[in-house]
Amino acid sequence: MSENVAALVTAAKGGDRQAFDEVVKATYADTYALALRLTANEEDAKDVVQEAYLRAYRGLKRFRGDSSFTTWLYRITANCASTQLGKRSRHRHDSLDGEAAEVRDLRPEIDPQMRAEGSLLRSRVTAALETLPPGLREVVVLRDIYDLPHEAIAAELGITEAAAKVRLHRARLRLRAQLFPTRGERGEEDAHAV
Amino acid sequence: MQCDDVAPALAGVVDGTAVLGWGASRHVSSCLRCQAELAQYRRLLRTLHQMREEPVRVPGDLQGLILARIDASDGGRAAPWARRAAYAGAVAATAAGAAGAIVLVASRNRRFRLAS
Repeated sequence: MSENVAALVTAAKGGDRQAFDEVVKATYADTYALALRLTANEEDAKDVVQEAYLRAYRGLKRFRGDSSFTTWLYRITANCASTQLGKRSRHRHDSLDGEAAEVRDLRPEIDPQMRAEGSLLRSRVTAALETLPPGLREVVVLRDIYDLPHEAIAAELGITEAAAKVRLHRARLRLRAQLFPTRGERGEEDAHAV
Repeated sequence: MQCDDVAPALAGVVDGTAVLGWGASRHVSSCLRCQAELAQYRRLLRTLHQMREEPVRVPGDLQGLILARIDASDGGRAAPWARRAAYAGAVAATAAGAAGAIVLVASRNRRFRLAS
């Protein structure tokens, strides 16, 4: 598929609008998946994807092919998602620490849907990702799901590379603690619950 | 060496961006808690990596919305660089057409002269 996309991108760069429409058709589902994982909101993800393709269309001439077209598109999508999340946080305060974020109990023994192993772990991870503050979620999605380098993540989110690494560390720490709470952490949660 | 000293590096060990020193390695090899954390990070990162291939439910109207947005942004016309390319193409086609017409007229004239 990537070879087809590359050929279509070349044609689109030459001014073939129909070729660009075919590029959209071939890639929009994956781009939407990324946007949804970054924003954790279907409406936001739809807006982000539309904006990302518009920017890609306008900037297609600047695509030099150093990376694959999808990687280039993912970077644009990450940038659009960051802008969208920024707009959203002006309406609803999302702190980086996530103190205001909804706290969900994802322990297998508490949530009956989370009891099974294997593929169910993915749904637990998906749910845990949604509870992360946007600033942490963006970095862990781009790095650990989409394999983007720290440098690219930092550039698209408008933060330093060091900040991207710190956010990644904090995101992983939170996910692990949420998915595999230790006895001490459970005790603390139980104490909070009382 | 304590668990708290080692903990920040464990996820990095799993993705290959961190290497434990001698003291930390020795601690992990004898600490069940750190070994468990290491295994948990391994599962977490493997699961995250697999999620890329996991399909999501895509809204049915999305493709149309994307294309409509692009159309609306430039009034249904092609992008500026695409318009320039189309213009150049049109000029070339016109020139080729004109050349063809000249050849056709010239050959007709020649045939006409030969017939007469």
